[in-house]
Amino acid sequence: MSDKLTFNFDVDGEDFTSAGQASVQIKRNLRQLGIDSDTIRRVSIAMYEGEINMVIHAGGGTAQVNVCENCIEIVLKDEGPGIKDIDLAMQEGYSTAPDNIRSLGFGAGMGLPNMKRNTDEMKIESEIGVGTTVTMRVNYGG
Amino acid sequence: MTVKELADKFSFTVCSMPDPDRKIGGVYIGDLLSWVMGRADCDDAWITIMSNINVAAVATLADVSCVILAENVAPDEELKKAATEKNINLFTSPHSAYETAVKLYGELK
Ligand SMILES: Nc1ncnc2c1ncn2[C@@H]1O[C@H](COP(=O)(O)OP(=O)(O)OP(=O)(O)O)[C@@H](O)[C@H]1O
Ligand SMILES: [Mg+2]
Repeated sequence: MSDKLTFNFDVDGEDFTSAGQASVQIKRNLRQLGIDSDTIRRVSIAMYEGEINMVIHAGGGTAQVNVCENCIEIVLKDEGPGIKDIDLAMQEGYSTAPDNIRSLGFGAGMGLPNMKRNTDEMKIESEIGVGTTVTMRVNYGG
Repeated sequence: MTVKELADKFSFTVCSMPDPDRKIGGVYIGDLLSWVMGRADCDDAWITIMSNINVAAVATLADVSCVILAENVAPDEELKKAATEKNINLFTSPHSAYETAVKLYGELK
């Protein structure tokens, strides 16, 4: 835990053309740090889904990635509408994405389940009208 | 087989091929992005009819060997540009997703 490395990103809520940018950047950063490819894949998939959710459902937010000795922690924070029923949102296939978003290929209701599946720990804190914070952890090495 | 061998053999149209020697490990077909993100394996050839910019991020992060747009679907300009910039092999196939997959199966089995 001593040598923690932190990366911060602003995730633009308007811009669909750059959606996923932070995750692509993190993938590059982790590769430069020599992290193993399986870990990189898990982190970048989980982060991508969270990033896209902030763009689609919350009008943007911030992403922070902490690289520790044995784990990578991802914290996604937004000030969007919040999630009313987290258990329901976690179910495969549940989505409130509108039609124009679905036509882009989103809205399968698989994002949160993908995040869960690719991380060792995941916590969602959400308050209606205030926002949502998703914290994920991927353990690696050892 | 490499992506270049694939493109040559079946006369796919090459939109971008920055990494021609990349080996194809398998095939995944899908248009719903988070489904593909969760299920496609690294090195798969990804067959889809989605042609917008978001395909680029998914292809990069799922680490597929190439993206094949079926039924001659043309990629958006933004996707074409991103494919070149982000090192993504991007083809179009005149065949349906099913027919394209069958051709790949014949080569990969
Ligand atoms: N940051 C968020 N703010 C508000 N609501 C959210 C947020 N993230 C997820 N949700 C809610 O949870 C639902 C399920 O999310 P999930 O990522 O699993 O599916 P999706 O985003 O709708 O579709 P997909 O991720 O498959 O493209 C969303 O449709 C939305 O209602
Ligand atoms: Mg989602």
